Amino acid sequence: MTVEGLLRELAPQVLGLLVRRHGQFDACEDAVQEALLAAATQWPVEGVPDSPRAWLLTVASRRLADAWRSESARRRREEAVFVAEVDDAEVPAQDDTLTLLFLCCHPALTPVSQVALTVRAVGGLTTAQVARAFLVPEATMAQRISRAKSRIKAAGARFSLPPEGERDERLRAVLHVLYLIFNEGYTATAGDQLLQGELTGEAIRLTRAVRGLLPADGEVAGLLALMLLTESRRAARSLPDGSLVPLAEQDRSLWDAAAIAEGVKLVSDALSTTRLGSFQLQAAIAAVHAEAPSAAETDWAEIAGLYGLLAQMAPNPVVTLNHAVAVAMVRGPEAGLAMLAELEGDDRVAEHHRVAAVRAHLLEMAGDVAGARESYLRAARLTLSMPEQRYLLAKADRVS
Amino acid sequence: MKYLLMIYMNDQTWVGLSEQERSALMAGHDELQRVTRESGELVDTNALGSPETSSVVRVRDGEPVVTDGPFLEAKEYLAGYYLMDCESRERALELAALIPDSRHCATEVWPVMISAGVDV
Repeated sequence: MTVEGLLRELAPQVLGLLVRRHGQFDACEDAVQEALLAAATQWPVEGVPDSPRAWLLTVASRRLADAWRSESARRRREEAVFVAEVDDAEVPAQDDTLTLLFLCCHPALTPVSQVALTVRAVGGLTTAQVARAFLVPEATMAQRISRAKSRIKAAGARFSLPPEGERDERLRAVLHVLYLIFNEGYTATAGDQLLQGELTGEAIRLTRAVRGLLPADGEVAGLLALMLLTESRRAARSLPDGSLVPLAEQDRSLWDAAAIAEGVKLVSDALSTTRLGSFQLQAAIAAVHAEAPSAAETDWAEIAGLYGLLAQMAPNPVVTLNHAVAVAMVRGPEAGLAMLAELEGDDRVAEHHRVAAVRAHLLEMAGDVAGARESYLRAARLTLSMPEQRYLLAKADRVS
Repeated sequence: MKYLLMIYMNDQTWVGLSEQERSALMAGHDELQRVTRESGELVDTNALGSPETSSVVRVRDGEPVVTDGPFLEAKEYLAGYYLMDCESRERALELAALIPDSRHCATEVWPVMISAGVDV
């Protein structure tokens, strides 16, 4: 394991232990961040210590003591606690990852803050890395994280698992945040490509950790499967010059067979043994695509059926849009266009470039060249993704 | 001294570019960003969404009024910008000429006032 991988693995353990011992999540999180930074510069030069976790705990504890010492003399009595080296034997067997995730995804925070805090506090990324991945200056990200922590404190959140009655709802919020982290890495098209690939890897790693702790939860399995199946197409979805390759035109030999096999097994097991959920359905749809030997051999009837279920379970405009594409593939473009008409009156999406892009695609299928070109151009004007705009403009050129 | 290099585009021109021209344009931006990042001149750069995605905000009687943008109605619109920190106005003009869009439409070069300092 690389030093960086090791640090990310240890970050939530060290943080959990520190918060358990001293409370004050915000101060502990800062101390752990400083310890991680120190390790990232020292370990590659001086070698990884025999007990890396104890090293991090010792350094983080000292930083915490330093912070308190400089903060106020009345805390002097607490210094004694930190003088001794921390012994690795003290590390409890329990894994605090889930408790930390619940805290970082606290309902008092906006999704943007939940995401930032989660990748730093639980994922062990440095503020600089989080800032680069989300394309904001480091100072902005540092501010965002520190505001998020004050808000958690103000909300009176405790470092413990949420009460039984709230746990399911809070877990949905955690899964949503993990999915946002993944999407940020997968769909972001500007900025540091390498770091964005790291975000998808990070989301998968954290979701795997949650699955290890909650193996019986079908939606956790569904989310992990959805991420693996989506990520399996990474190598095929863009060309070296950054332009996008749509699913139907991708070179399927570039898909990651191991990730597909793992994702398909996960979702199949979950579908047959647990309560149905929207992540499982989305993963099942991704699995149908993944298992088709070619675009032409895709089982669109199966996909249309799954989108129908998804539309009942978690109706939203994006689902309607994808459902319309699947229906068009089964029953023809007119049926798909009729479904799109439902979205026209929906203010949330009427101006969205994907509605125009799908309409263009369906008009092209129906042989309406002028209409398709106009819709492709409209979609190109509305998108905020450069590679997507290039793709749409090229489609507009080719259709005419 | 900082200069704001504002890239103006015309929708007809933009839509009319061929795929190769568009690829060359993107590659040109990558190269310009690489060079100016290395030289320390690049402060910030962004491409903007198209005029259809912009909004205009006015505050009247203390109440914000939001309408569809852009504010200036013209065929040309601000498509993106580079904020460069360069030695001289000449260098800023030289960099503006390296922006690929300048070949298709035009780039405006404005000195940034607040960064100029008291001795200028």
